[in-house]
Amino acid sequence: MRKVLIVGATSAIAQATARVLAARGDRLFLAARNPERLEAVRQDIAVRGGHAVGAFAVDMTALDRHQALIDAAVESLGGLDLVLIAHGTLPDQAACQGSVEATLEAIQVNAVSVIALLTRLAGLFEAQRKGSLVVISSVAGDRGRQSNYVYGAAKGMVSIFLQGLRNRLAKAGVQVLDVKPGFVDTPMTAGFDKGGPLWAKPEQIAKGIVAAVDRGRDVVYLPWFWRPIMLIIRHIPEGVFKKLKL
Amino acid sequence: MTKTDDRLLGWGRYPRLPQRATALTWADDALPAGTDWLPRGLGRSYGDSCLAPAGGLQLHMTGLDRLIAFDPATGLLRCEAGLSLSDILAFAVPMGWFLPVTPGTRFVTVGGAIANDVHGKNHHVQGSFGDCVRRFALRRSDGRVLTCSPTENADWFAATVGGLGLTGVILWAEIALRRVASPVMDQETVRFGCLDDFFALAAESEADFEYTVSWVDCLARGKSLGRGLFMRANHGPAFGAERRRPARRLSVPVSPPVSPLNRLTLSLFNWAYYRRPVPRRAAVHYQPFFYPLDAIGGWNRLYGRDGFVQWQCVTPAEAGPEPVREMLDRIARSGQGSFLAVLKTFGSRKAPGLLSFPRPGTTLALDFPMKGRATLDLLTALDGVVRACGGAVYPAKDARMGAADFQAFYPQWRQLEGFRDPAIRSAFWQRVTEA
Ligand SMILES: Cc1cc2nc3c(=O)[nH]c(=O)nc-3n(C[C@H](O)[C@H](O)[C@H](O)COP(=O)(O)OP(=O)(O)OC[C@H]3O[C@@H](n4cnc5c(N)ncnc54)[C@H](O)[C@@H]3O)c2cc1C
Ligand SMILES: NC(=O)c1ccc[n+]([C@@H]2O[C@H](COP(=O)([O-])OP(=O)(O)OC[C@H]3O[C@@H](n4cnc5c(N)ncnc54)[C@H](OP(=O)(O)O)[C@@H]3O)[C@@H](O)[C@H]2O)c1
Repeated sequence: MRKVLIVGATSAIAQATARVLAARGDRLFLAARNPERLEAVRQDIAVRGGHAVGAFAVDMTALDRHQALIDAAVESLGGLDLVLIAHGTLPDQAACQGSVEATLEAIQVNAVSVIALLTRLAGLFEAQRKGSLVVISSVAGDRGRQSNYVYGAAKGMVSIFLQGLRNRLAKAGVQVLDVKPGFVDTPMTAGFDKGGPLWAKPEQIAKGIVAAVDRGRDVVYLPWFWRPIMLIIRHIPEGVFKKLKL
Repeated sequence: MTKTDDRLLGWGRYPRLPQRATALTWADDALPAGTDWLPRGLGRSYGDSCLAPAGGLQLHMTGLDRLIAFDPATGLLRCEAGLSLSDILAFAVPMGWFLPVTPGTRFVTVGGAIANDVHGKNHHVQGSFGDCVRRFALRRSDGRVLTCSPTENADWFAATVGGLGLTGVILWAEIALRRVASPVMDQETVRFGCLDDFFALAAESEADFEYTVSWVDCLARGKSLGRGLFMRANHGPAFGAERRRPARRLSVPVSPPVSPLNRLTLSLFNWAYYRRPVPRRAAVHYQPFFYPLDAIGGWNRLYGRDGFVQWQCVTPAEAGPEPVREMLDRIARSGQGSFLAVLKTFGSRKAPGLLSFPRPGTTLALDFPMKGRATLDLLTALDGVVRACGGAVYPAKDARMGAADFQAFYPQWRQLEGFRDPAIRSAFWQRVTEA
């Protein structure tokens, strides 16, 4: 019966994870941008018999609302054992290349808002000396590629931030889990052709996230086969890599 | 990009039409622009009724899978239309509720079950799926959202139940669940030696058993024509449930290059299945009882790359056993038997949909490996028998019936055409109405 805050609760991966956690009896506080969708997700959890104790509508790029979100969750749940940060956008790389605004907006949503929230949460978790901070980054953050490097840079920034935070919070016994999914069949990837073995369902990713939390893992690639794939991709020499069409 | 992607075919993997796909995850997501798209559930329809016209777009509904409300006093469930019956059962059975009507697989969506007004083994008691639907919301491409029930927008309700997905996108539905005492079924199995014995057993069983269905040995001929096993069951009392939890699901990951389902294995299977020792009475978990094929994920791949065709008809009660006898005789003589030949009688309840398939009479369902001309010719001959006696063939399982036959089976099709959303069309509808 953990006290769980889910940020970006309307994301397909977050919804699937919320169902798994609720089925285990965890108490959930849900935050998302769109109030109607947030309510649909809360209802779904509640009708399934889960404890969706509260909901909070917030655009995560409104950094000055983060403390109010944390306070509402802490008050409603009576503390925090686990925070899952799942919100994100997949920017159009071509549009970013032609627009500073689009580039900075993608970085704002995918990196700055996450780091801002984590900064506030870190003190709380360090002080309570227990709990788990779980953030969905991406395999895209492992290496910059021409097709996707704005998103990749933002996710990569989050991953490096998590590394440092883990190093700091390990002393306090706090888990900092970096979740790196590959291709997942969700609205974020609506424009993609989803055939082939590399595509996973949000339910699979959700199970993987919960298992990784249970095992106290630091970094998890989901599904697992992305770990060897990314190992290879990270080790291709830059002289070769820059000539590839990736 | 358009290509034939196995995930985007019907369950029989024939015909192989190029399809594109997108998804509706929230009720207010934009609908596809343009025309020739089709809502799609879990793709458990066998032929092309769950396919867009060649090159068209499928609108996948399975992300719209949230529960909205449940009243534990009455069993009324409101849920989004992409939710699967499997998820409903996982939620409801532990609380002592069950679906009043379920088809032979639990991996179908609520929207798909409505669109084909699917039936189960208890048609003579509960009718078809539309009979347990109290209300639903229908979204049209012009932006309207209609709430439909047997009393509100009743014409749209009737057109959409059994409406083959053509009238619009079903967003959510209210389903009246029914009480059960346990997840266990109390089942009897009776071997019968010929077709007349089937009809006698059916008549004798319907008063005392909610569920009745038979497997028929479709290679048997002469005196044994129509022999098989008659299964009849009721929901059981609360005992033995835990002992009989269903086994883990197996799955067929890829199509074998040569299908193991051939004439030899077919003969052996039918011979052995008919003779297999069956306990006359047994308590079985609801999953193997209702969904024996769901135990093997992707079993449809066993038919190999050419796929297979299902064929299901209903012959009117007035026509008696003769058309069924004639069909079984033709099948036995063709040597193209079916592994799963299923025979069942429908009750007399009038189905709620304009184009619903169930009607009083006898229904026969078969599947055949797709062997080109020979298979198609046999099925055309069977269509002829059905047409001659005033019956109908089931669109959810069809990949090939002729337009003239369809229009004779469903003269109401023109009315449905009037309710069709101008943006929506299926490969099936194009085939049977525009030829
Ligand atoms: C093993 C097996 C056993 C079966 N047994 C039976 C049986 O006993 N009785 C029976 O009646 N059928 C049976 N069927 C057929 C199956 O129940 C139907 O084809 C069912 O409609 C499939 O539902 P689906 O969610 O897979 O929908 P799909 O096959 O993907 O689509 C079916 C139709 O529903 C429409 N549709 C789907 N979602 C929506 C929506 N949200 N809004 C509007 N339209 C929508 C589609 O456009 C299409 O016309 C069986 C199938 C299999 C594979
Ligand atoms: N899908 C993949 O292939 C994949 C792969 C690797 C990593 N990921 C990551 O997984 C996470 C979940 O994504 P998903 O695949 O589940 O996609 P999704 O269903 O599209 O979810 C994205 C969510 O982010 C929310 N969001 C976007 N901007 C926001 C903002 N400014 N404030 C608050 N919420 C905002 C969206 O809310 P609205 O509904 O209000 O728009 C939506 O709920 C993301 O971090 C994503 O980067 C996904």
